[in-house]
Parts: sequence; structure tokens; C-alpha cells
Amino acid sequence: MAKIIFITSDSEKIELEATSGSVMELAVQNGVQGIDGDCGGVCSCATCHVHVAPEHFAKTGPASEIEQDMLELDDDANEYSRLCCQIEVSEQLDGVVLHVAK
Amino acid sequence: MKRSEFADPFEQARNEQGIGKMQDQDDPVTMVLGLKDVRKCAHNWQTFQSGAKPGRIVVPSEVKIRDTRQIPFEVDPPEHGDYRAIVEPWFKRPLEDEYRAQLRAQIESLVDQVLTQDDVEVVGEFSLKLQSRALTLLLNTPYQESDVWIGWGTHVFRSEGEALDGDKASILYDYIDAQIERAAENPTDDLYSVLLNSEINGRKLSKEEVKGVMILTFAGGRDTVINAVTNSIAYFADHPQSLARLRDQPEITNRAVEELIRYFSPLTHMGRVVTEDTKVCPHGHDVKADSRISLCWASANRDAKTFENPNEVVLDRKVNPHVAFGFSHHNCLGATHARQIMHILLETLAAKVGSIDILNAKENIEDLDQFKRKVGFDSINVKFNPR
Ligand code: HEM
Ligand code: HEM
Ligand code: FES
Repeated sequence: MAKIIFITSDSEKIELEATSGSVMELAVQNGVQGIDGDCGGVCSCATCHVHVAPEHFAKTGPASEIEQDMLELDDDANEYSRLCCQIEVSEQLDGVVLHVAK
Repeated sequence: MKRSEFADPFEQARNEQGIGKMQDQDDPVTMVLGLKDVRKCAHNWQTFQSGAKPGRIVVPSEVKIRDTRQIPFEVDPPEHGDYRAIVEPWFKRPLEDEYRAQLRAQIESLVDQVLTQDDVEVVGEFSLKLQSRALTLLLNTPYQESDVWIGWGTHVFRSEGEALDGDKASILYDYIDAQIERAAENPTDDLYSVLLNSEINGRKLSKEEVKGVMILTFAGGRDTVINAVTNSIAYFADHPQSLARLRDQPEITNRAVEELIRYFSPLTHMGRVVTEDTKVCPHGHDVKADSRISLCWASANRDAKTFENPNEVVLDRKVNPHVAFGFSHHNCLGATHARQIMHILLETLAAKVGSIDILNAKENIEDLDQFKRKVGFDSINVKFNPR
């Protein structure tokens, strides 16, 4: 079980728990505002963009090359950006804080 | 070659030049072919604009047959964003349970119907019907309207052998004008009425603007959906084991939808008008101000630099950063609707159909000058066999 904390662009804090699946799925199932997951998680739509809190970046690790290619053209992207459909839920994530980009 | 195989005509040009050239009514087009380059150009709306003369960013060009600006398709940021904000919530309705249930009922009854026939011409008797009926949900208009649209046949804009036909297009334009008048007099809760009642920057949308949105909804969602559906039927005819797999592993259905859409890329490319002398990568080809480029989604989706085994349908492809629905500002407004159609179609076929026999097929080859691309079928006759 990992606890994952989303902070939306309206500064709403949403704490969720999960054991499996992707972070995007967790967010969509719980209606986290700003995460749409249009492509269902195949890394094609960029509607699941989050900024990982810098102090937690080790929990998620950096974006893959394919993710970076997508994010490179996103005006809101920074070095802590991830497409959260590409983050699998695991114990390692426990306590991670994710700022929703949109 | 199997009927459902769609070759990649762009491979050599993509790898060697990164671009292709196409003549079109004395307004040539430089086709951008690589995935990263297509994305970059799509993102850079200042240099590669959509808000040019109406019809010019479509290839083949439609400047000679229409003056109505399609909205939001032929508008650039920041106005583009204002229009998108008006229509986006409406185009997310396909995610609602009620919408999905109605769409499922439509698709199940159509599949039940074709299962009783010995010979089904898929384009006209299946895909066009499915697309037209589903569109009544998207527009929130009475189901019976779909009979009118089905009556237009598959090509509302084209006569036999002719790429563009102004007279035929006017059938659609006249129909939409009449619907807008109807909605202005007797508003309902359909899309025409909602648009007529929408505001942009403190004023109501004009009838001309409403027309621009409605035409686009008909035009953009017609051939694309028909090709996606028809080609998928051909794929399952050649790969009955994939139907069985979707039955056993329904959790891969989403990936299968994205993969089929990547592989078939129902919209080959879309143009932009260049606003300043510049280069399109990667080999620095010059393009001149006021010339045209196109963003070739179909080529980008076979780019081996990103996609392993790009010319195979890998049904459960996990990472699939395709651009079949476009990229950046103008990404497809109808994608939620199209994805729901495909998702429910795959589930329904898996549940009800055991195999599909192809009896006869005539390919639809798009002539892009330097390239000939199979985009679908003019006609394909099949027999659907129940499980
Ligand atoms: C599998 C089916 C479909 C495919 C592959 C597809 C593909 C595309 C692509 C590639 C674009 C980007 C064009 C550009 O960048 O210039 C686009 C835009 C658009 N599509 Fe689709 N489309 C599909 C279905 C639909 C449907 C069902 C509708 C509506 C009924 C629709 C409406 C639109 C609209 C309105 C735009 C313009 C969006 C804008 O400019 O902001 N499409 N589509
Ligand atoms: C008023 C607007 C439009 C008009 C008048 C129009 C007209 C046409 C015509 C005449 C063809 C046949 C071309 C040929 O046979 O060479 C065609 C094909 C096609 N159009 Fe459009 N189009 C419009 C908008 C769009 C948009 C916005 C999209 C997608 C976003 C789209 C997607 C397609 C596709 C995928 C085909 C190929 C279908 C096939 O050959 O099977 N169209 N359209
Ligand atoms: S859900 Fe589409 S890219 Fe993450």
C-alpha cells in the first residue's frame, strides 16, 4: 500500500492509497482535477502531466526518453515533470507529492 | 499481402530526406514525415499556422469550394483556446455512463443485425451506419436524423472519381443552415442550440461561427471513423485469434484501440501555412513564407526511432505515443467519442463474433503524388460468423 498525494492547480490536496495500477488510473478513478488520461495510459495524450515535488523525485525517478520527447513541447514542463500514466504504483512511491500541471 | 495489411509508403523518404513533396492545385505541400518533427511543427503555431485562408490547410485544398472558416480547426491561439473552451465540455460527454450505454445499445444491435446476413458490405452497411447513428449521440439530436446522413452515402463531398465536388458539399452546407435556423427558432438541448446560446468574449457566437463548428463535426468525424471501423473489421477477419484474445484479456482493450488507431492512422496528414522563411528538420529543408507544409500523422506513426516493429499491429502495445489524433493545440476534439466507439466495438465483436470471412475487397488508395497510401476500402464484403 502506497499513499500518494495530489495537489491540484487550485491547491486542493487529495490523499489516495493504492497497491497497483498506474498513478494516472488512480487519479482518474478518484476524479483528480486536471488529470484526464485521454489515451488510457499509452503515453500519447499528455493529459496526465504532474510535477513531482523535488524532494520526492527519487521515489518516481525521471521521465523516460519517450516521455521526455512528449514533455519537451509542453510549455508547463520542468525537470520534475512526469506523465503519471508511466508511473506504476509501488511501495517505493509511499508519501510522494505530485503537483498536477493543468 | 493480407487485406488488413497497411504498408508504410513513407519509410524511405522519412529516413533519407525527412520530408516528401506533393503537388496540389498549384499550391505545393512539403510533407513533414518524422514523429519528432511532426510534433515540433504542430506545436509551433506561430510559424506553421492553421488560421490561413479557409480551406487552405486541408490537402487537397478546399479554397475553391468554401469560404466558411471551420472552428476551432482554422483558428490559431489565443482565439483558438477561447473556442475550444466553449466546445470541450460538450465533446467530453462520451465519458458519461448514459452516453456509453446508448452507444453500446446501438453497436450491439448493428452487430446482431449483420450476424444474420450472408454478405455485408462493411463500408456502407456497417461503418457508415454505425458512425451516423453514433453522431446523433454526440450532437444530441433525434436518432432518426441518422437516416438522412446515411442517405448521403459515404462521400458527402465527392462524386464518382472526383476528389472535390462543390455541388455535393452544398448538400451538407444547406442541411446545416436549415438546422441552425430550426434551432434558432425552437431551441432544444442539441449541439446547434447549445452553440447558438454560447458566448465568446462577452458576445454570442454568430450563425456563421456555429456553422463553422457544425461542418467540422460532420466532416472531421465521418471518413475518419468510417475508416477506423472498416479497417478494424478487416484486421479481425485476418486475425480471429485477436478476437479471442480480447475475450480472454479484456484489460488490453484500451491498448488495442490505441494500437489500431496508430496503425491505420485514419487521417493521413493535415496542412499548415508557413508564416516566415524557415526550415523543417531534420536535414534543414527550406520552406518559404506563404507556402504549405503538412504534418503527416500516418508517417510519424510508423517511425522506427520510436516504435518497435512499427509495421505490425502489437495488440497490447504498452507505450504508444502516436499522433493519430494530432498533437498539441489542435488535437482531435472528437477523440473521446471516437475512442468510445472503438472500445465498445471491440468489446462487442469479441463477445458476439467468432470469425469474419472476407468475400471481396476494393482498396482505397490515397494519391499523395510521391506516395500512394492505402487508407481504407472503397468497399469490402464480409460474412460475420457468430461465436
Ligand atoms: C478515429 C477517428 C479520428 C481521427 C483519427 C481524427 C484525427 C484528427 C486529427 C489528426 C486532428 C488534428 C488536425 C490538425 O492538427 O490540424 C483532428 C482534429 C479534429 N477532429 Fe478529429 N479525428 C477523428 C474523429 C473525429 C470525430 C469523431 C470528430 C467529431 C465528430 C472529430 C473532430 C475533430 C475536430 C473538431 C478537430 C479540430 C480540433 C482543433 O482544431 O482544435 N474528429 N482529428
Ligand atoms: C468542410 C470541411 C471538409 C471538406 C469539404 C472535406 C472534403 C473531403 C473530400 C472531398 C474528401 C475526399 C478526398 C479524395 O477523395 O481525394 C475527403 C476525405 C477525407 N477527409 Fe475531409 N473534408 C473536410 C474536413 C475534414 C476534416 C476536418 C478531417 C479530419 C480532421 C477530414 C478527414 C478526411 C479523411 C480522413 C478523408 C479520407 C477519406 C477516404 O478517402 O477514405 N476532413 N474530405
Ligand atoms: S494518459 Fe495519455 S499520456 Fe498519460
